[in-house]
Amino acid sequence: MNKVVANADEAVKDIPDNAVLMLGGFGLCGIPENSIAALIRKGVKGLTCISNNAGVDDFGIGLMLKTRQVKKMISSYVGENAEFERQLLSGELEVELIPQGTLATRCMMSGYGIPAFFTPAGVGTEIAEGKETREFDGKEYLMEHAFKSDYAIVKAWKGDTAGNLIYRGTARNFNPLMAMAGKITIAEVEELVAEGELDPNEIHTAGIFVNRIFKGEKYEKRIEQRTIRK
Amino acid sequence: MALTKEQIAQRIARELQDGYYVNLGIGIPTLVANYIPKGIDVVLQSENGLLGMGPFPTEDKVDADLINAGKQTITTLPGTAFFDSAYSFGMIRSQRIDLTVLGAMEVSENGDIANWKIPGKLIKGMGGAMDLVASARNIIVTMMQTNPKGESKLLPTCSLPLTGKKCIQRVLTDIGFYNIQDGAFHLVEIAPGVTVDEIKAKTLGKLVISDKLKTIEV
Repeated sequence: MNKVVANADEAVKDIPDNAVLMLGGFGLCGIPENSIAALIRKGVKGLTCISNNAGVDDFGIGLMLKTRQVKKMISSYVGENAEFERQLLSGELEVELIPQGTLATRCMMSGYGIPAFFTPAGVGTEIAEGKETREFDGKEYLMEHAFKSDYAIVKAWKGDTAGNLIYRGTARNFNPLMAMAGKITIAEVEELVAEGELDPNEIHTAGIFVNRIFKGEKYEKRIEQRTIRK
Repeated sequence: MALTKEQIAQRIARELQDGYYVNLGIGIPTLVANYIPKGIDVVLQSENGLLGMGPFPTEDKVDADLINAGKQTITTLPGTAFFDSAYSFGMIRSQRIDLTVLGAMEVSENGDIANWKIPGKLIKGMGGAMDLVASARNIIVTMMQTNPKGESKLLPTCSLPLTGKKCIQRVLTDIGFYNIQDGAFHLVEIAPGVTVDEIKAKTLGKLVISDKLKTIEV
């Protein structure tokens, strides 16, 4: 099985305008930075991006906001991003905010083939408006649906030519959940090895979920909050 | 005297018990990690996908792949585990976390909490706060008793959009420690030098003064 494509441009070349994308990462940690750069070079527009955060002004998804390629963000926290603020206030950008655990589980359920689930997060808040609720064992829960996405773009530490993936540290976050959920899943990795070189016991995402894999040209791995102990 | 942020964190640290798994929110709650009592084994969870969070790294140990829920660089400890974010919220929803500490803008006398959105101001999002308050069984909210305008944050009903409904049982402010029960704030501990009259003046929600009122040790 060989799922290797030459580079990021090749991996994203068929993503059309108005596509729904899942993008892995938490903050700037574990984001598919090479694929984001390729999407900017390609200039694809009207994107809906499902991602926990929206990057910062000059890195991550923030770069795609600057080039006005994003129509809608679906996130749990959109933090400190001046361009994001400006587009939100001017109505150029649509935003749907979702509790983080619900966001993660909506990704997961998509990959697990389960259309909906019940969670207590958001009961009695504006998140619950228009949603079905049900009581289990005396507690109220909200029905939430699995996401539907056209492409999932994830970043892993190591991958093999068959698409098996291993993540590193907290760069794992949403990546394995989204990897299972894309109609087409694109994985970029720091280290790409031949089939058989990864220990099967250590694989987090099985290659069956990955359609395209490539080795990222370079990783800046920008740090959002550099906190140091003296 | 009102408690300092450090004194609030120190008081919460005295709630920690050996073997606790703990989730600390951003702000004052994060400071609690600095005051874990000696001889008590506590494991910190970070909802992005880490159990067993260590202190900030030294300059040479900074790793971009190792951050906490506040996006700060951190370190691992012996026994640390990494996992994905759905797994992480599984720990939270299934109530494996023994103590959750988070900040708030408002808390109401029936245990509602508002801490994510101010109408008219830019919305940043709720992050994991709605999941945490809806599921955690032992939550302490820490906040100042009043907002910068001097208005009480302990209210009959929250004026801001809710993060969760009827989910808060304990609130520690800079002047008092309250249990929320039967639709009222029950003052159980008071900061040294603070009078009950001051508490009354700064609490808009229904207030009950415990007959076993203690002074917070600092």
